[in-house]
Amino acid sequence: MKKPVFGMLLGGVLGIFDGLSALVSAPETAPGIVGIVIGSTIKGLIAGVAIGWFARKVNSLPLGILFGTAVGLFLAFLVSYMQKAAGQPPYYMEIMIPGAIVGLIVGYATQRHTEARAQTA
Amino acid sequence: MKPLSDAAIAHLARATDWPDLSGTRYTALEELGQGGMGTVFRARDALLGREVALKVLRSADAPRDFAERLEREAGVLARLEHPGIVPVHDRGVLADGRAWYVMKLVRGRRLDAWLGEKPSLRERLDLVRRVAETVGFAHARGVVHRDLKPANIMVGEFGEVLVLDWGLAKIVSASQRLIVSESQGVPDNRDDETMRRRDDETGHGTVLGTPGFMAPEQQRGDVSQVDQRTDVYGLGALLRAMVAPLPKALESVASRATAADRALRYPDATSFAEDIRMFQDGDPVTAHNEGTFERLERIVGRYRTPILLVLVYLLLRALFIIFSDR
Repeated sequence: MKKPVFGMLLGGVLGIFDGLSALVSAPETAPGIVGIVIGSTIKGLIAGVAIGWFARKVNSLPLGILFGTAVGLFLAFLVSYMQKAAGQPPYYMEIMIPGAIVGLIVGYATQRHTEARAQTA
Repeated sequence: MKPLSDAAIAHLARATDWPDLSGTRYTALEELGQGGMGTVFRARDALLGREVALKVLRSADAPRDFAERLEREAGVLARLEHPGIVPVHDRGVLADGRAWYVMKLVRGRRLDAWLGEKPSLRERLDLVRRVAETVGFAHARGVVHRDLKPANIMVGEFGEVLVLDWGLAKIVSASQRLIVSESQGVPDNRDDETMRRRDDETGHGTVLGTPGFMAPEQQRGDVSQVDQRTDVYGLGALLRAMVAPLPKALESVASRATAADRALRYPDATSFAEDIRMFQDGDPVTAHNEGTFERLERIVGRYRTPILLVLVYLLLRALFIIFSDR
């Protein structure tokens, strides 16, 4: 499996859990949980592709983790900022910390992941 | 005069037993081993300036059958061009009538020495699968090895896996043509047919093979029943010899391969290799009906890394929530 695809899948799955965890970290968001899960899944997918692409270009575990954390933080910041711009509570910490964890894990996993080679006859 | 040492005398005694290669471009350097009918030497090719392995009939008085078998082995090897089969470079007959052929000198270690290095389960299965793929290649060309066992497998210095000693090989079907490119000409069908007939005529009632790795039809000396499934039996026995204890799914693979009734075995070595690959990839093998827990265990094993990563995420998230509430 190609690293961007692997990153995207992993980012998407972690994004689902990321969204669901809002039920615990911010229970007052429960009525809008479907939108939160969809949003964090998309965020995870985008982060996963970007981190996977980086892992294909740069073969370095520390840089991969750093880049993944940065991408996760940045995308989560954008979500929080958009919430604030829309007049909603921004939840900076509740969104950015889990987003950074997702980025960190995807960064680690995409660097460790080995792409399967095409089989030759 | 200084007396010769015991080692020098022993060397001279051995050298006098060596074949006279004066009519060839090869010089024997060292005896590498002896098989049922021939002796293998490390030799020097004077023309190309390289070392080769030279196999020669052990004795000029050997039965005609042995000479034919050695010549046939060279013919079979020459036709089976595969990374898992040692390539043949040259062949001929010595002045004393002994047949010989020259092949690539493979530097590596025998399977038993390799097993002494304590390879992992993955490495052992890789080796069995690669042996099966090599034998499957021969099967696709109508050739059955008939003597698969650890002693006939070698691991080269670059990690290549080689299936050796095709001296008992049998041509099972003259209709299965060897693939030859147009530029190399058309294969000689008469040779195949002759070799196949020799296989049918010679050895009926004769037991050829190695106990423990011989299929029941081989033990009975029933040559007419020998086909690709005979090698499948040898591969199953090889799997058992190399991996102990076998996981349940692999035990089913080995049991199917070594079924007494050859109709119940895998049809050829390629199907056997495919089931090994399925096991390695975490897929269900065709030889085993798995239960619910086995399936769950297999799926968890297959997706171990993603599952672990999600658990790590959940743990970190839980820690964050716990500490942020304080």
